[in-house]
Amino acid sequence: MIEIRNVTKTFGGTRAVSDCSISLDGLGITGLIGPNGSGKTTLFNLITGLLKPDSGEIRFLGNRIDGRLPHDMAQLGLIRTFQLSRVFPRMTVLENMLLAPQGQTGERLLSLWLRLPKIRSEESENREQALELLDLLGLTKLHDQFAENLSYGQQKLLELGRALMAKPRMILLDEPTAGINPTLIRTMIEMILTMRERGQVFFIIEHNMDVVIEVCEKVFVLDHGEKIAEGRPADIQKDPRVIEAYLGC
Amino acid sequence: MDLLLHLAIVIAIYAIFALSLNVEVGYTGLFNFGHVAFFAIGAYTSALLTLAGAPFSLGLLAGLAAAGLCGYLLSIPALKLQGDYFGIATLGFGEILRMIVNNEVWLTKGPMGLPGIPRPDLFGVVFDTLPAYLALSGVFALVTFAILAFVVLSPFGRALKAVRDDETAAEILGKNAFRFKIKSFVIGSVFAGLAGVLWAHYTTFIGPGDFTLTETILVLLIVVMGGKGTFLGPVVGAVALIFFQESVRFLRLPPEWTRLLGPLQQMVFGLLLVVLMVFRPEGIIREKGGRRGD
Ligand SMILES: Nc1ncnc2c1ncn2[C@@H]1O[C@H](COP(=O)(O)OP(=O)(O)O)[C@@H](O)[C@H]1O
Ligand SMILES: [Mg+2]
Repeated sequence: MIEIRNVTKTFGGTRAVSDCSISLDGLGITGLIGPNGSGKTTLFNLITGLLKPDSGEIRFLGNRIDGRLPHDMAQLGLIRTFQLSRVFPRMTVLENMLLAPQGQTGERLLSLWLRLPKIRSEESENREQALELLDLLGLTKLHDQFAENLSYGQQKLLELGRALMAKPRMILLDEPTAGINPTLIRTMIEMILTMRERGQVFFIIEHNMDVVIEVCEKVFVLDHGEKIAEGRPADIQKDPRVIEAYLGC
Repeated sequence: MDLLLHLAIVIAIYAIFALSLNVEVGYTGLFNFGHVAFFAIGAYTSALLTLAGAPFSLGLLAGLAAAGLCGYLLSIPALKLQGDYFGIATLGFGEILRMIVNNEVWLTKGPMGLPGIPRPDLFGVVFDTLPAYLALSGVFALVTFAILAFVVLSPFGRALKAVRDDETAAEILGKNAFRFKIKSFVIGSVFAGLAGVLWAHYTTFIGPGDFTLTETILVLLIVVMGGKGTFLGPVVGAVALIFFQESVRFLRLPPEWTRLLGPLQQMVFGLLLVVLMVFRPEGIIREKGGRRGD
């Protein structure tokens, strides 16, 4: 589904991603691990159009996507979350959710006047779906609160829910369990697994190896911007290069 | 009684003006410091056309179109600028427009201004009395309120708020932030143009002095004080501030005081803006979505 070929990205002197090639088949849950600063977030930024690679190419469903704008990527079916969650603070939880579906008729100014019934039915459908997801995330009671009033962990859950509302081909999660309490980590993992059962594809940056082993079918390992290993999580754990990368930092 | 009617008319016009700015400032996070320019464009377009013999309806439509078009043309380069620089670009546009009005004497009569702007006539009715003009501007204010409330409460308005809160996150969710901002700016400009048209045909005289930065500050204050990002806020703000501003004008004060009144009022408005920002940044009316424990 995603083909990354010989991609390099440097910042000044740092090679954040270095001649990296990764091929994602687009099934189930794939993990991306590596020590801090190994280029994982940068790789996500390159895939989702927030950064342009210096060289190499990225393909999504066969089409070149490197250098496209983020909103194009979302419309093509790639939605991500951020390592530090980025909900819309002055919008309610429900509004955050309702914003995400792609190609909404009611977002076009002209259609707003001409196609009111269609907009109404889209809204009520999305609303129903949003409330179902919020229920699974344990956020139902907070649906009319500003997102800024949620705890950090709840904001990360909301960000996942928002990504799901977009019904993308693939969701890229950047450290979904980082900085949140164990109860909410459980909710997060259960939610990811539930959605996987429903056919949602994920690509997850995760530093917690227990989580990686529990949810990922396959993992890629980055070190200093290079891919040093790929395979099943259990095998990866025994790989001497991987062990060295983690110990060496 | 005439004073009350006058107050109500000015409030209606400023409510339209403030509602238009609120789409930009309150819902999209675009701090436009040249909003008065679009008010002026509406006013001058309609005044010039009707003075040349065109019917009011044509002047009105042309005023809205001209303000919208100028908004579109300004927004494309200005919105490429980040944050504060956007504010500076709009501020510059407001000043440049005023200079053009001042200098292009062949068109605008420059500092002399345009006297004798005809009272509006629509569908055979001439709105040449205070009650009639109040009815006209009141209806326009209601229509503006309804249209803009509908727009900001729609999925389109929701996308504007997302762009306001976090542009990158909005992009990541498939919203073309640049386009949404342009549309917001054009909507704001069109309705500022409407306020300008109503102003010109009410006062029947306009000149460059009517369209200074002070007007932008006043309308900004109305929006911030009323409660930006709420659809009732600008109306409440307009009632409060215009009532204050216009009633001071009609106090019987000794002449040496009136000389000081203008600068004093500007100081009070400036101070009010600062105090509000510090003590009640959300304004009189709050956005819905309360705090936890509310
Ligand atoms: N916008 C940026 N400007 C400069 N350096 C950056 C930027 N983003 C990332 N880096 C650098 O690139 C390297 C990889 O960072 P990152 O992709 O965030 O790593 P990870 O997510 O694996 O922890 C780090 O050395 C980091 O300091
Ligand atoms: Mg990272």
